[in-house]
Formats: sequence, structure tokens, C-alpha cells
Amino acid sequence: MTIDLGRGLVLRNPVMTASGTFGYGEEYSDFVDLAQLGGIIVKGTTLYPREGNPYPRMAETPSGMLNCVGLQNKGVQYFIDTIYPRIKDYDTNVLLNLSGSTLEDYVKGAEMVDALDKIPAIELNVSCPNVKQGGMAFGVTTTGISQVVSEVRKVYHKHLMVKLSPNVTNIAEIAMAAEAAGADSVSLINTLMGMAIDAEQRKPKLSVITGGLSGACVKPVALRMVWQVAKAVKIPVVGLGGISNATDAVEFMLAGASAVEIGTANFIDPAVSVKVAWGINEYCERHGFATVAELIGALEV
Amino acid sequence: MKQIIDFKLVEKQGYGRSVLLQLRTGRVLPEIRPGQFVQVRVDGSPSTYLRRPISIHDVDFERNDITLLVQQIGEGTRHLAAAEVGDTINVVLPLGNGFSMPERGERCLLVGGGIGIAPLYYFAKVMGEIGIRPTLLLGGKSKSDLIRLADYERLGETFVTTEDGSLGEKGFVTMHSVWQKQSFDKIYVCGPKPMMKAVAKLAAEKDVWCEVSLENLMACGLGACLCCVEDTVDGHVCVCKEGPVFNTRRLKW
Repeated sequence: MTIDLGRGLVLRNPVMTASGTFGYGEEYSDFVDLAQLGGIIVKGTTLYPREGNPYPRMAETPSGMLNCVGLQNKGVQYFIDTIYPRIKDYDTNVLLNLSGSTLEDYVKGAEMVDALDKIPAIELNVSCPNVKQGGMAFGVTTTGISQVVSEVRKVYHKHLMVKLSPNVTNIAEIAMAAEAAGADSVSLINTLMGMAIDAEQRKPKLSVITGGLSGACVKPVALRMVWQVAKAVKIPVVGLGGISNATDAVEFMLAGASAVEIGTANFIDPAVSVKVAWGINEYCERHGFATVAELIGALEV
Repeated sequence: MKQIIDFKLVEKQGYGRSVLLQLRTGRVLPEIRPGQFVQVRVDGSPSTYLRRPISIHDVDFERNDITLLVQQIGEGTRHLAAAEVGDTINVVLPLGNGFSMPERGERCLLVGGGIGIAPLYYFAKVMGEIGIRPTLLLGGKSKSDLIRLADYERLGETFVTTEDGSLGEKGFVTMHSVWQKQSFDKIYVCGPKPMMKAVAKLAAEKDVWCEVSLENLMACGLGACLCCVEDTVDGHVCVCKEGPVFNTRRLKW
């Protein structure tokens, strides 16, 4: 079941949990044996603390949800001092999702995280749709992504995964720019920009009007983008977006993903991530794949 | 410890817009404190996606039963209310922190508004087990909102207000004459936010300790998604994990 994503990031199996949907792992420890996961990606963290957006931050949609949390977190230093000591000895890969609003913030944050022995990788978030002057400004142009990835690459020596925004015209171009700037892998997709209105009140349902759409409803879009990106780059692709069960995960791998992340589905079944890992294994046995890596890009067209 | 349990619906009783669902499991229930809540999965409803957070109305540890009082306010709760005896209902529990238990000898007032009366039943029952007989003040729009009133009356002296005057004193809970006649050491409130704010204000004026149970919109129920935050003196905190019960001094109301 092992997947090697390069530069020291080796997953026990291809299943990780997506940032912002799994807390720091502790929130799910009653339901999930973390040792049965390939990794967990902890909540989006910025150099300085952020209170996030006002309530309400969530709206349910058909087969999905919108959120506009806005990167509420206590900052990199708090993570290092308070959270890291609690989670560093988990028997799984702990990746930090790093976001920022300026180039300097990204670089400084990455430098600080580089010093943490038990964090084998950063997932660089250049695609949060909910923060003004936020990371997405970097993630939606090839020049923006080249700049932030190349600057972070200079100071960060471990595995650098770059999380891509789907809110772009051509995601393959963005992925190629990230690869050229030194990314070790790309993960996609972050949430799709959306909106919800309460017609009776004639008001938006979210405090900042727009938010990011996630859940089962985004899966076809995510699958298409993973397919396009996997054909365009040589670095590993990590697929996410609406994966709710093992079959969904297998589809992403067939489309070219080397690993997957489980996001919003964790809210509906807190134990879903390990079930997906078991289910992928079962699929491989049933279809005669000796290793899970054989699934990557095995789509027959 | 939190668990995901498939319960069987063993009994169901309708009360107007609300329904009482008695759920049973073959597993041993974990410890459940008054004011904690559950997240119920809604199956087969195309327009809903997430679980529904529902307060715990009652617990029977001998039978391993929990009882939920569900008001039909949207698609999710309508679907839950349509479940039939024998159906399986998937529940994550127990969630949140619940009410602070009072000390023996303290005079406690439990104020419930609308479906907010639901968790006060289990709370009053547990209080009775440690020798406290609380006073209950329950409010509704009309008498049909005041479900199982006789059962509440068994747990403590119970006062009622209705907005239309169909039962008890006419008006809001904050207008009831009990506020003039009795004094309390602790006030616990669950109901619509404007009602809880009004009671919190009254409690502050009287300088009485007060806890409220919030019901902000939430997704995970576990403190992971950070959607259900309330603004507090400590910044944005998750209602699902640090609440749903808060001391009003902590809230920026």
C-alpha cells in the first residue's frame, strides 16, 4: 500500500485527511486509528494569528457545503509551542498546511516549519478563497505561483506540496508553474468559490457573502482537474474534492493521483478515512493489483 | 469517549410540529452529561448533506436508550421525523461539554423557550438524582409548544408563559411573575438566541450566575471545521467543542 511522494515523504497508504476538516487529528482520535492513515494535514496555519471571518461561516448545499472560515488559527509560533509537542509522535505523517497573505509571511512561516523534525512536508496553501489579499492571489496566476513556490523552496528543504485552486482558467498551467518553481507535488482541488442566498430574508447565508464549496458535489470537477494536471506534470499529484468512499478514491488514482485526501466526508462519517484506506486495499486485491501504486493513472481510455 | 452508534428507533410520538424519538442500541452507552448533544445522520434526503445537531432530551442507561425531541424546521429534521419504528438511525455522541452541575442546596432556575426545553428535561432529572429540585420556567408561542409538561412538573416546580396566552402567563419568559417572587443562585437557559439574550440580561441585572446553550450552525460537531464559532472574550471559539453551554460572562453579548 506504500506510496512514495518523493523527497522523504513516504505514505503507509495513499489516504490522508484534508486540511481544515480533521483539526489536528486529536478531534478524531476516538473514531480513527491514525496509524492506519497515510497522513494527516493539519488546519491551515499562517505566520500570525487570525480570528477568521464572522459567523455565520457555513451553508449547506445539495450534496455539499459552503464555508468561509477565513483561516482562523493561532499562528505558526503557537503551533510550534503548543500543538506540535502534542501531535509530533503520531504514528503517521503530519503535514502542515501553510498559508499567508504576503510573500514574506510564507517564507518566514516555511523557515520556522523547516526546523520541526517530525513534520515531513508542507502543503502550501495558495488557494484559500476566503481571505482578502489571501493566498489565492498567488494561486491563480502562473507568475504568482512561480514567485511564492520558488521563494519558499529556497528556505524549505523537505517535501513541498502545493495546494491548487480550481478557480482558474487552466489549472494545468498553474501546476506546471508550481513544478518548474520547485514543488515536489501538487494537491488539488481546494474549494470552488460559491455563494448561497436566503431568499426569504433577502440576505446572503455567509457573513462574507461568498465561500468555498466542498463535498460530494465537487467530485466531477475535481476528478477532471486531477486528470488534466496528472497529464501535464511529472511530479506526483494528490487528489481531493468530494471523495466519500473507497470507489471515489480509486477513481482519483486511476485519473492519475498518487494519493488522495479525504475532506468534508469526515464530517458525515468521522471514521470514513480509514474505511477508504481499507477499501482501496480491497479493490486492489479484487482486481489483481499487486501494489496500490499500480492504480496511478491506470485509466483505460 | 465519543462513539458512532447505529441506534434502532423503538418508539416515536408526535407532538404537533415536534416528534419524540426513542433510540436504542445493543451497545453500552458512554457517559452522557446533561446539555451535551448528538449529531444525527440524515439518510435519503437529497437536499441535505450534513448531520443534524440535536440536544439530548433523555437517557436511560439501563436500556441503553437516548431520547431526542426533534422540531421539524427544515428538510433534515423533517426527514428525521419521518423515520419509522424499527429504522436505523446513525448517531455520533456525546458531543460538547454540557451544563455545569450545581451544588446541593443551590436554588436553580431552568429557563426553556420553544424546542429549547428539550435538554432541560434530562438536566432536571439528573439534578433530582443528586437531591436538587430545580424550578422550571418554560415558554412557547402557544400551549402546543409545551410538550410533556406533566413530566417536567414531576421534576420541579414548573411555570409557563405563552405568547398567545393559551397557557400560563401571557408574554415572554422574562415577563413571568416568578422573577419577582423568587430568587436563584444559578440560571440555565436554552432557547432562541433573542430569548437567551433577554434572560442573560435579566440575570446580569440581578447579578446571578447564568449559563446558556447555543445552537450555532455547525458542520463537523467535533471542533475541526471551525464553522460554528461564537465571539467570546477569548476570541472565536467552537460552540460544538467548547460549548454548546457557555457562561454568559464569557460571551460578547
